[in-house]
Amino acid sequence: MPIVTGTPAIPGAARKLSREEIQRYSRHLIMPEVGMDGQLKLAAAKVLMIGAGGLGAPLGLYLAAAGVGKLGIVDFDVVDYTNLQRQITFSTSDVGRPKIQAAKERLAGINPLIQIETYETRLTSANALDLFRPYDIIVDGTDNFPTRYLVNDACVLLGKPNVYGSIFRFEGQTTVFNYPGGPCYRCLYPEPPPPGLVPSCAEGGVLGVLPGIVGSLQAMETIKLILGIGQPLAGRLLLFDALGMRFRELRLRKNPACPICGEHRTINELIDYEEFCGIRGEETEAVTTGIPEITARDLKARLDRGDDLYILDVREPHEYQIGKIDGSHLIPLGDVPRRVNELDSSREIVAMCRSGKRSADAIRFLQQAGFRKLWNLKGGILAWSDDVDPSVPKY
Amino acid sequence: MAVKLEIPTALRAFANKQSSVEFDAATVGEALKRLTSTYADLAKHLYTDDGRIRSFVNIYVNDEDIRYLQKENTPIKDGDTISIVPSIAGGRSR
Repeated sequence: MPIVTGTPAIPGAARKLSREEIQRYSRHLIMPEVGMDGQLKLAAAKVLMIGAGGLGAPLGLYLAAAGVGKLGIVDFDVVDYTNLQRQITFSTSDVGRPKIQAAKERLAGINPLIQIETYETRLTSANALDLFRPYDIIVDGTDNFPTRYLVNDACVLLGKPNVYGSIFRFEGQTTVFNYPGGPCYRCLYPEPPPPGLVPSCAEGGVLGVLPGIVGSLQAMETIKLILGIGQPLAGRLLLFDALGMRFRELRLRKNPACPICGEHRTINELIDYEEFCGIRGEETEAVTTGIPEITARDLKARLDRGDDLYILDVREPHEYQIGKIDGSHLIPLGDVPRRVNELDSSREIVAMCRSGKRSADAIRFLQQAGFRKLWNLKGGILAWSDDVDPSVPKY
Repeated sequence: MAVKLEIPTALRAFANKQSSVEFDAATVGEALKRLTSTYADLAKHLYTDDGRIRSFVNIYVNDEDIRYLQKENTPIKDGDTISIVPSIAGGRSR
């Protein structure tokens, strides 16, 4: 597939730039690739940002600075202390505030000449099409698979380009989906990973600056689409490896059998994406399968009574270093199968991790291996910190 | 044919923390088999129980998706690079 040039650029607004705008955007105006026409295209553009988090932060900052005339932001979340490591639109004083409020203030502070619309709502199949309709370009800065498929499908059904960016630890991916004639997200990944198979919480985490780079790339692609300059990433998947400091490019092809953008469309409306990603099933599974639980308070009571309990901590060594329960034994989840002979099935074993999910996986494994005296610490070390010993740091 | 396999961050823990490995192989399928027999833990992340490559993992030879070449029968030339590119969404750790 040839690299696509000459994008469906936004026609310029039927107005002139004010003196204020000419001064503000002078560094754009003196470039022949932008000029007054280009700046007017930016002013007439309407871009909807899905997510005001790690990717949304640099994205919003640069789109506002560039003078995108109408910026929409969709996010229902509240600023958390742990966000400050990477979500650079927010200040420490914003902790506890709705993200869209804090983001709007910051972006309006950079550029009061643009219009900023905020949507403090979860994006769903019920509202996505109406939310997207008034905008020209959608930028996907979300953090979960169901929403990515939802954004993709809504963009295909409405015929809008989807500037995609995603990250994991030290790696990023970015491209422009649903550019006319180009592939969509389903062409690349017809199905999401089943929950639990993608690397666990411990292997997650991210260098704060990584979404800064990928979000900036998304801002760059969005501006190029608006101006109609350069080669957009349509049909190319840009991979960024931060540790090796390398960019690689893979060719993205339109899948003729794609159920939504292919020759024979079978998806004509938005679906239940949680079900598609297997998450709904996982929620009910946790309730119906027999994972015996013990609360932090009950565990403490039993330990104080002198009960002989073997506390198995399945977190990673660097998490164990942050804080632990005295007397616990560390076997990271990935090592449990290999080290299962270190465990005594005649003793009661309490498995724990950060929040209770990985330890539930450990319990399931041990049950299959024939262990019977098992408990999962409900809520993990976070619950222990909340209810028993606040000196253990939460993270 | 000597081929380099690029290991994505998400799977490096199962490949002795390496970001790339090299094998001799004639086809993509052969190279992947050598990879999963050397690093057994990788197998369940790359393959389903019935031996098919998982649908959320894409395999490229140089910059082309093998789905549009000859899939696992895609032949390897000396100096080719195989990239394993899993679906990532970042952020929410479920």
